Amino acid sequence: MKGIAKSLMVTLSTFTRKPVTRDYPNYHRPLPERDRAFPLLLWDKEVDEPFCTGCHACERACPVECMTVLMKDNPNHKSNGGDSSRRKIIDKFWIDYARCMRCNICVEVCNFDAIAMNNTWQGHETSVHDRKDLVMDLQQLLAQSHGGAIKEWVPTLGQANE
Amino acid sequence: MVASPQHEFETQDLLINVGPQHPSTHGVFRMVLTIDGEVVKDVVPYIGYLHRGAEKLCETMDFRQGIGFMDRTEYLAAHNAELSYVMAVEALAGLEVPDRAQWIRTILCELNRLSSHFMFLGAFGIDVGVFGTPFIYAWREREAIIDLFEEISGDRMMYAYFRPGGLAWDVPLNFKERVREVLKSTRQGIKDFDELLTQNEIFRARTEGIGYISAEDAIDWGMSGPSIRASGVALDVRRDEPYLKYADLDFDVITGENGDVFDRYYCRLMEMHESVKIIEQCLARLEPGLIVPDKMPRMLRAAPGEVYIRTEAPRGEYGIYMVSKGGNRPYRLKVRSACLSNLQALKQMSVDQYVADAIIVLGSIDIVLSEVDR
Repeated sequence: MKGIAKSLMVTLSTFTRKPVTRDYPNYHRPLPERDRAFPLLLWDKEVDEPFCTGCHACERACPVECMTVLMKDNPNHKSNGGDSSRRKIIDKFWIDYARCMRCNICVEVCNFDAIAMNNTWQGHETSVHDRKDLVMDLQQLLAQSHGGAIKEWVPTLGQANE
Repeated sequence: MVASPQHEFETQDLLINVGPQHPSTHGVFRMVLTIDGEVVKDVVPYIGYLHRGAEKLCETMDFRQGIGFMDRTEYLAAHNAELSYVMAVEALAGLEVPDRAQWIRTILCELNRLSSHFMFLGAFGIDVGVFGTPFIYAWREREAIIDLFEEISGDRMMYAYFRPGGLAWDVPLNFKERVREVLKSTRQGIKDFDELLTQNEIFRARTEGIGYISAEDAIDWGMSGPSIRASGVALDVRRDEPYLKYADLDFDVITGENGDVFDRYYCRLMEMHESVKIIEQCLARLEPGLIVPDKMPRMLRAAPGEVYIRTEAPRGEYGIYMVSKGGNRPYRLKVRSACLSNLQALKQMSVDQYVADAIIVLGSIDIVLSEVDR
């Protein structure tokens, strides 16, 4: 009997604790900056074009083969009278969010820092009615970075940390 | 009328199918029970509903790509699963892991053990019949640990944080304070569970003396982890074949005496105290430094050969057998899953128990079906 009373004391003591649950759809908890949702492409604001040159590095490194990349000659390149130093640039880019397993490898292999994991709630809340809608095209992938909604996180490797 | 041997009622064994989608089978696991009245006479387990061919998939991928699949074999303790894999790669590629990376790995593995055991405590509470209370309490404590993992690796369950050679990136600046903060709530959580379940007479009456397995039988079945330690076999890879920094750490191997369901529960609870102790020692000795080797090759290539690496995951010995023929991917990969071996003893543990107890016996092994089936 003593043990049961003690157990009930534990349940009773939680009445006085602050609740740890949150009213989710109405309240979004702040996400840590290195939170990983799905990958998206970044926008180079200086020359007003994507960072991505369509080099296929991420496409080859992706373990689940969720990416499709096509490149084209950059019409904005210096040789054409533009102000960009990118000879080639991304033409079409699809990422199938339904296949992606959020392993961060595409971000690590990118030589141009053109791809990043979405660290906003928008990246997590991707419910759709049809799986087709989870295949994101170039415009959708760039939208958040173009609009300035992404604060990119750059990992530190082996830095003396404390 | 009293049934005498001459006038016995004609009885017939009854087959009950439990699962594959049954809330108490902890995943997609099916068992067919042959029962005589209320007593279980035979158990036939069926596994394989969650088979995804993770081992074979990894053979088609390079070493870094395989890490994500290892996460998904043991989703409740993904850090521990990754650890075996990257240690196997390191052994084949001859990589030296820097000290700081090893300390961080030790901390994360022990934290993952805590979160996994909390999950067990909660799920076991439901199996026993205390629906809600312990489950939600365990979830609360586990949430704190998982939030910490999210701050470190960016993901809550599929971390993909360990890399051959070290870690993917460094921990956040406030790492030590955050771990201490989590440990504080964890310690309170363990104490709560001790009072809520261990000392509760109803809980003890429900769990003591059922699902017995002797030390000899447990060894014969190849059990490992808390499930075998509950039978009194002090088998712990962390102490017997120290990896990471466990050789420098002071901790006890918790063993039970009776080998029943209660001991398997109690071993896990006591083990959590040890994990907290280990993490505190690690935090005191964690120093700034590198997290990947100085001369990390740009393209990781393994030397031809084979290696078997075993580590102590929350559910027992998680081993990786890797054969390499050179190149950047394993030629053959085999996961030695603790749950698969532990599950083999299910029949011996649950025969001659009541039907209601068979569920508790299954819960006390703490299986993760994705680890069983891979």
